[in-house]
Amino acid sequence: MTPEELDQIAETERAAQGQFTQRVNVCVAAGCLSCQSQSVKDSLDQEVTRRGTKDHCQVKGVGCMGLCSEGPLVSTSAGILYKKVEAADGPAILDSLESQPVSRLICPTDVPFFQRQKKIVLENSGNIDPDRIEDYISVNGYTALIKALTEMSPREVIDEVTKSGLRGRGGAGYPTGLKWSTVSKSVGTQKYVICNADEGDPGAFMDRSVLESDPHRVLEGMLIAGYAVGATEAYIYVRAEYPLAIKRLRNAIRQAERVGLLGSNICGTRFSFRIDLRLGAGAFVCGEETALIASVEGKRGTPRPRPPYPAMEGLFGQPTLINNVETFANIAPIIRNGGEWYAGIGTEKSKGTKVFALAGRVENTGLVEVPMGISLREMVFEIGGGIPEGRKFKAVQTGGPSGGCLPSECLDMPVDYESLARAGSIMGSGGMIVMDESSCMVDVAKFFMDFCMTESCGKCIPCRVGTYQMHRILTAIGNMTATQQDLKMLEELCDLLKHTSLCGLGQSAPNPVVSTLRSFADEYRAHIEEHRCPAGVCNAEPVGETA
Amino acid sequence: MHSYVAKPTPPNQDKRWKLVDATIRRQGQQARGLIETLHTVQEAFGYLDEQALRYVAMSLRVPLSRAYGVATFYHFFTLKPAGEHTCVICMGTACYIKGAPQLLDAVQRDLGIRPGETTSDKKVSLLTARCLGSCGLAPAVVYDQEVAGKVGTAAIREHLKKWTHA
Repeated sequence: MTPEELDQIAETERAAQGQFTQRVNVCVAAGCLSCQSQSVKDSLDQEVTRRGTKDHCQVKGVGCMGLCSEGPLVSTSAGILYKKVEAADGPAILDSLESQPVSRLICPTDVPFFQRQKKIVLENSGNIDPDRIEDYISVNGYTALIKALTEMSPREVIDEVTKSGLRGRGGAGYPTGLKWSTVSKSVGTQKYVICNADEGDPGAFMDRSVLESDPHRVLEGMLIAGYAVGATEAYIYVRAEYPLAIKRLRNAIRQAERVGLLGSNICGTRFSFRIDLRLGAGAFVCGEETALIASVEGKRGTPRPRPPYPAMEGLFGQPTLINNVETFANIAPIIRNGGEWYAGIGTEKSKGTKVFALAGRVENTGLVEVPMGISLREMVFEIGGGIPEGRKFKAVQTGGPSGGCLPSECLDMPVDYESLARAGSIMGSGGMIVMDESSCMVDVAKFFMDFCMTESCGKCIPCRVGTYQMHRILTAIGNMTATQQDLKMLEELCDLLKHTSLCGLGQSAPNPVVSTLRSFADEYRAHIEEHRCPAGVCNAEPVGETA
Repeated sequence: MHSYVAKPTPPNQDKRWKLVDATIRRQGQQARGLIETLHTVQEAFGYLDEQALRYVAMSLRVPLSRAYGVATFYHFFTLKPAGEHTCVICMGTACYIKGAPQLLDAVQRDLGIRPGETTSDKKVSLLTARCLGSCGLAPAVVYDQEVAGKVGTAAIREHLKKWTHA
């Protein structure tokens, strides 16, 4: 593959696409697929064939369009977005391409949900066919890789990433450029790149969506990373629970190998790169990098103390670069447009955009990409469309089991790494769950503690025993049998786990408790002193063993 | 380098062992391929039994204890065969606050089993998931690989009735 050949593929593809005067895009990402979007696509396909308009009307399966709660979503070349489309609507949609839109299915796109977004990571999502590399190449795909390989030295690539101010999108926010630089300086006979696609936070589906909608974008980011740090082998560690993402990644890797964008001597340079998949097997702790490495090595996913950091001693004892899916998906545009362009977006310390999975008690649930620094209020009430059924906002939970619940006082806070940390939560991987007055904060804290208790790997005692004890106390509070003594013990345990656990799972496990204790202390008090649950969730008589 | 050890022969004539052998070969008969191989076994046979674990451990030259350790560490692996149908209730945060506990409660009461168990007639297995990533459709339930969104207690009871009375 030479730069000219890549241009050739792009030209051919654009010409082929240009022949179609009409286009209907059907979302075939997991959210819409589970609302039967495949049958919508099939029915459109059949109808186009029946009408004999196959040569000028294209029906294309594309990635996520964002508004998952209104799926299946269909967009047309006339610029109209349709929601809740059924297979029987196929003919009406095709008719609409030449006349008026089908008014009963229209999904308005002039609303904040669409207008307030800024798409960098998701720019191709919903526009290209994730199963065809040609489609990706036609929208400037792999040009960043070619640029890096032919015009830039590895040092220059790293400088560009450093200049962009990109920080790890997995949650901790470690500067990406710095990480790359460390790995590139480490000495080893073989270096590895790992893409962390073990998206374990309940309530987060950003990575899945990126992998399902635009897998080549992630591969391109990994290739550039490999070139920059001097790695030749890479793994994508993806959850086995995401079968569609796995299928599309496998397909994408095969296609990239076929056209010579993966393999030996890419673009006629000395750079060779191989990417392999490793399936996770349902262990939340494997999102932690040392546990992830153990799992890729075929072992139980238990973390080990750091240092040495994986950048020095990682997979098979060699220097290893581990980044999250979304981090890699940001790389190609940074190389294409320059680090300064990226640094111009967002806030002073948190650059660029962030993809959030908005869910819970909010009108518009789905995937949104917004510039860093947007306020929580804008997220919940403008983009999210507010709380349904006229209920009252109570809290927004970010960062999954490692994050916290932010009360209404925090609504005007900007969403960036520092502000969220100051408020007692974390950016996390991007799950954002909105809760209304029907949620009991003690119950929510118990839910997350149950999660951490189940997912604790058992290697270190503070986490293994501490999460159990904390869950026991929270259960007692929920059952109205706890005392002030218990509450004091709970607070002590929060401190203990935070400071003595081995890895991030245990260290951050108390966060949901700490943040709810801070902002919703009166709810805890009501349970303990007045034996009542203000939200009416907890019952003095435990009903079965739910959580 | 390790010395050459003859690869063990599969426990029986079942053709599915060929798939397992292919994975073992692709992983170069190395210990690092343990999880990948167990995935293949589970995909082919539905679960991991003792004979499968013994075979995989011998083929990859790892102690049986390590194969067993890995198989029990990860939630995705199961050592027991599943029922004819499986019902997975998502217990992710979005599903949780939108009523997944009530769904689980109803199913537990109807079927008399807890998550991870199978009804005594081997018809239905009940499982919970950490998060399916279908948060836009909360609460979500997977009936035999098919995801259903915005499920209510009545709907899940209805669906299970079809299975148990079939």
